[in-house]
Amino acid sequence: MVRAEKDLPWVEKYRPRTVDDVASQDEVVSVLKKCLQSGDLPHLLFFGPPGTGKTSTILALARDLYGNEFRQKVLELNASDERGISVIREKVKNFSQMTANQGKIRYRIVILDEADSMTRDAQTALRRTMEKYTKTTRFCLICNYVTKIIPPLNSRCSKFRFRPLPTDVLVNKLDEICTKENVNFRGSDDLKFLIELAEGDMRRAVTLLQSAHRISAEKITREDIRNIAGVIPDNVVEQIYTEPVLDRLTKRMRDFVREGYSGDQLLTQLLQMIIADERIEDTKRAALLEKLAIVEHRMKDGASELISLQDLAATIVSSH
Amino acid sequence: MALYVDKYRPKDLEKLDYHKKQASWLKGLVNGGDLPHLLVYGPSGAGKKTRIMATLKELFGSGVERLRIEQQVFTTQSKKKIEIRTLSSNYHIEVNPSDVGIQDRVVIQELLKNIAQTQNVAVTAVQDDKERKKAFKVVILTEVDRLSRDAQHALRRTMEKYMQSCRLILVCNSTTKVIPAIRSRCLGIRVPAPSSSEIVGILNYIAKKESLNLPQELAQKIAQSSTGNLRKAILMLEACRVKQYPFSADQDVILPDWEIYIRDTANEIIKEQTPQKLFDVRQRLYELLSHLVPPQLIFEELLQRLLEKTDDSIKGRIIAEAALYEHRMHLGSKPIFHLEGFVAKYMAVYCEYQEEAAAMFD
Repeated sequence: MVRAEKDLPWVEKYRPRTVDDVASQDEVVSVLKKCLQSGDLPHLLFFGPPGTGKTSTILALARDLYGNEFRQKVLELNASDERGISVIREKVKNFSQMTANQGKIRYRIVILDEADSMTRDAQTALRRTMEKYTKTTRFCLICNYVTKIIPPLNSRCSKFRFRPLPTDVLVNKLDEICTKENVNFRGSDDLKFLIELAEGDMRRAVTLLQSAHRISAEKITREDIRNIAGVIPDNVVEQIYTEPVLDRLTKRMRDFVREGYSGDQLLTQLLQMIIADERIEDTKRAALLEKLAIVEHRMKDGASELISLQDLAATIVSSH
Repeated sequence: MALYVDKYRPKDLEKLDYHKKQASWLKGLVNGGDLPHLLVYGPSGAGKKTRIMATLKELFGSGVERLRIEQQVFTTQSKKKIEIRTLSSNYHIEVNPSDVGIQDRVVIQELLKNIAQTQNVAVTAVQDDKERKKAFKVVILTEVDRLSRDAQHALRRTMEKYMQSCRLILVCNSTTKVIPAIRSRCLGIRVPAPSSSEIVGILNYIAKKESLNLPQELAQKIAQSSTGNLRKAILMLEACRVKQYPFSADQDVILPDWEIYIRDTANEIIKEQTPQKLFDVRQRLYELLSHLVPPQLIFEELLQRLLEKTDDSIKGRIIAEAALYEHRMHLGSKPIFHLEGFVAKYMAVYCEYQEEAAAMFD
């Protein structure tokens, strides 16, 4: 059954097909193009924040290299596949042992997506494999944080940093999608607002746009986008930040949890508010920020959202 | 005889009592033909499950109400067998993967693969184009916020890969513990708790249907003590009816036992701060834990009760200590230590405060 083009998520539908299509990232693209011309490729390590085009670039590159044979010559593994040490030993080894002697490109590509969530053991197992099969295989590791890749792997690859995409590039891309999909959400102001919410993450921006489009067919308002992104209305955050009485604030936190808002979203928005606030003394600001960090850590550990937020409330009140 | 909660659960999107706007766009979403993955979040008793079932009914028709319970067995890599209970109809399957603790990743990977790789025959057989579009199964995963990191990471790619043959509906109380990668792949649906007046409205409706005479004061009181949990409110209504009918306006609302027990415990703590009392309180905490009241709930409730009776000047400190002990409780494995630790700390702080206050008067 062929999947209808229409049902594809836009993120997949509008992935760049060739290296030339990759938005921005000029340095990376120019180096990769040289590689393409000479037909020779080093091991690659891509790193950068989410939604900057790392996976898209390597897929586009592979497509340029192999054309139709793309499927047979590329092995894509990511965090959801079983990826312990045994898989690296078996699957990757088997794949790399096969020589690729048809065609003019004499190597295959193994893409290890989200490599920073691989265990240390698996990474160590990769060291030898990488060297041994250089003749037949090139590896491409993709990660968010280069520090989570062990140094021996690090030194075996040429590293490429992916910068966050500049806003105007994002606006152009999104506008293009809007035109093609007939989305009624135009004007660079609105798009800029969307990008701000997505924190410069292209994938998130596109997903948000598609969700909004599904829900309100005619006209997408900023309010819709806010709702979908789960952003807390500014006045709610404002009220929490400026409440001077502890009792009222602890109660407000109870209501806040009842409303079903997400706690870490509140922390993010509070953080922006605290930083932008010019009236607050530096020492108090520091105390608040430290508390934010503690509360965030505790909530991620699984502590009760209610108690953690009330703890934060006590600090907020004492900073007035 | 069914409980009121089940008897009066709305079955269709149109019949939902509150968040009507949300219901209407859920409907639009379903009829648009292209359902994304959903992440439904909100406090308990707000109506998440009701909304999901209504959406599914809109999507597949009343077939989704014929449910059966099955035991499924999965084998881990180390050949260990794990069993998990699923609730399913022809169109959907509901699992709570966090039941199996640390092995949840295996369940997610295997279960989703099994489901996603089989086509939904019941639907594909239909010739109608519009129906064909719904040729996917829906997997409902509950308590996603209790999934391990590993399991959540395993979800992310699976979600994209099997988009064609299965859709996920993730249910959780708070999105804080769901990794951003998953959040960005789903359409988030927030279900806030109903307001007091909405609860009163629903209670009145049920009373009318059951031809009960419900005084407004009592309805208000029930709504107040339910703290936005509709299920609890309806259960309390039923409990009240069993206890005393016809209702009187000043009738006591029957709170759940554990809530009263915790309230009494808080009072005990405030009455006396001695090692002997601490010992008594420990007994009470054990009692609660052995009745399987979740430790987090005990902690939250106890703190709220204590705060009501504590002087403003030490409130900040008490909350800070509570947060610290509660956090440790989640990292550790024996909740009683941390609960008791907090009680002891509270007593110490309270004593100190009282001595200081006494010294001020002298």
